[in-house]
Amino acid sequence: MNMIDVRGLNFAFGEGELRRQVLRDIHLSVDVGEIVILTGPSGSGKTTLLTILGGLRLATSGSVVVLGEQLVRSDAATRHAIRRQTGYIFQQHNLFLALTATENVCMALELHDRFSEEERVAAAHQILTQVGLGRHLDYRPAQLSGGQRQRVSIARALVSRPKIVLADEPTASLDKHSGHDAVEILRSLAKQNGTTIFIVTHDYRILDIADRIINLEDGVIN
Amino acid sequence: MTGLRPVFFAARLAWRQLVHDRPKLLAATLGVLFACVLVFMQLGFRDSLYTSAASAPLKMQGQLFLLHKQTEALWRPVSFERSTLMRALAVPEVRRVAPLYMSLGQFKNMDTHVQRTLMIYGYDPNAELIQIDQFESFRAALQHQDTAIFDVTSRPEFGPIQELIASGRDITEINGRKIKLVGTFSMGTTFAADGNVVMSDLNFHRIYPSRSLDQIDIGFVMLAPDADIAAVQAALLRLVGQEVQVFTYPELLRFEQNYWEKSAPLGFIFGFGTLMGLVVGMVIVYQILFTDIGNNIPQYATLVAMGYSHSYLRHIVFASSIYLAVIGFIPGVALSTILYGVAEHSIFIPFPMGFDRIVSVFFFILTMCVAAGLLAIRKLKSADPADMFS
Repeated sequence: MNMIDVRGLNFAFGEGELRRQVLRDIHLSVDVGEIVILTGPSGSGKTTLLTILGGLRLATSGSVVVLGEQLVRSDAATRHAIRRQTGYIFQQHNLFLALTATENVCMALELHDRFSEEERVAAAHQILTQVGLGRHLDYRPAQLSGGQRQRVSIARALVSRPKIVLADEPTASLDKHSGHDAVEILRSLAKQNGTTIFIVTHDYRILDIADRIINLEDGVIN
Repeated sequence: MTGLRPVFFAARLAWRQLVHDRPKLLAATLGVLFACVLVFMQLGFRDSLYTSAASAPLKMQGQLFLLHKQTEALWRPVSFERSTLMRALAVPEVRRVAPLYMSLGQFKNMDTHVQRTLMIYGYDPNAELIQIDQFESFRAALQHQDTAIFDVTSRPEFGPIQELIASGRDITEINGRKIKLVGTFSMGTTFAADGNVVMSDLNFHRIYPSRSLDQIDIGFVMLAPDADIAAVQAALLRLVGQEVQVFTYPELLRFEQNYWEKSAPLGFIFGFGTLMGLVVGMVIVYQILFTDIGNNIPQYATLVAMGYSHSYLRHIVFASSIYLAVIGFIPGVALSTILYGVAEHSIFIPFPMGFDRIVSVFFFILTMCVAAGLLAIRKLKSADPADMFS
């Protein structure tokens, strides 16, 4: 079963004279549990593709089916539903400085009605232990290293067991060692849970974790 | 998320962020506290003005009062003929009438010899027109030539009169005439008069020799115990309404307060001061909320990407503004209560801190903070997750 199925996607910014085509006739499908890395030079359109897959940007031509929902010309409610089933990892950790690691991870669960406070904290503790932060549950971001912070944000993206995780340059602000550790943890947790992962990166040091590598250049998949 | 859960979670997040950043919390608290104290003081001054304006008529004992038609305020009455007051005796329910003479005069400080203006009341000591504790003990002395009693709540610039009398120095000058102070009483100062002196009508005439005793300032009318005050008032108006105004006791109080509220632009001045305090407080709270949103844009955008709605983000901002209102208000009330006490002691005018005052100022402060929040939430528009991807 395809988690992501893209057919004939075109996308452009601007209108008329200023119109700039960033994605041309994209065809792409990703299986359940597959880890896909999308690489390409700056301005190749890879981030735009990621935001369309995540329901953060609206495409108007072609077909983009994610988790069985058509996202092209979709309404806000559809995109909102897709977002709630997707985990996001950004280049910066984007953690609340006022909150502990546990509280930051719980933010992803407070969105869902089905958990009690105890269940949220237990789930947060479990996933933080899995990313190697079992001794840092009540640390705030300022007390953690860059790699540890990114592991908290990985825990936050995974704690609600999303079907898809979208990551944008997750290692860009980390050194080689902690960057590779972070994505390795991401990979092993994804494999355990059958989570599909779509990573956009420039970082050639982490290409080894991918099942498949897609290269995008000038809006076209090579 | 359904029901009140998002509101609760947003309020909890706002609280955690607020207590995490102590310097910011302190700055915000001081901003709200400042506005709070400013509003309390403005309202306090306004109210004490109105109360003190009425503190003179408050002590006047009579059922009906006659004032010249042109009298605008009690502290500067226009005199009228004593015979007009005497005609009131024609109404059967009227038991007695008595004239009160009053005028601002010069009182010499016995130590510094500096003259200051105070209010001088003159009336027959047998009449007891002004409520004074143990007045009987002064009555005999007041009937002597050139005697008076002094209001100890007068401003301290008149000298420590009570101590001076106790030490035997009881002769001062009023309007340049030597007067012996034979006792003290408590009445209260007003914005028109820094102090008060009471003497007999004859002594009043001695220090104002040019004023005839036939020209009186306020006519007091005392009625039979079971008399219908409104009916007598109507009867008096028919009788002497051409020359004088006839007030009941509550009307007299309202008449005097009205003067300060309307004729003097005091209500506007204090209202403007209150508004300025709230505007300054709002700007401070707005700045803090706005900067805080700006610092958290990546985090808020991440929440939106996860599936949180923009209304959740607005709840965070409004919860913060309500917290700031409460956190700033509590020390604000405490400090204002202390300042009310200080003001009461230094200007000798009552500053009551009532429960309704506290409630209404809290409402002002809450409105101020929520308005600041309303202005700040525009900044949330920049929390767009599509911009978060580099």
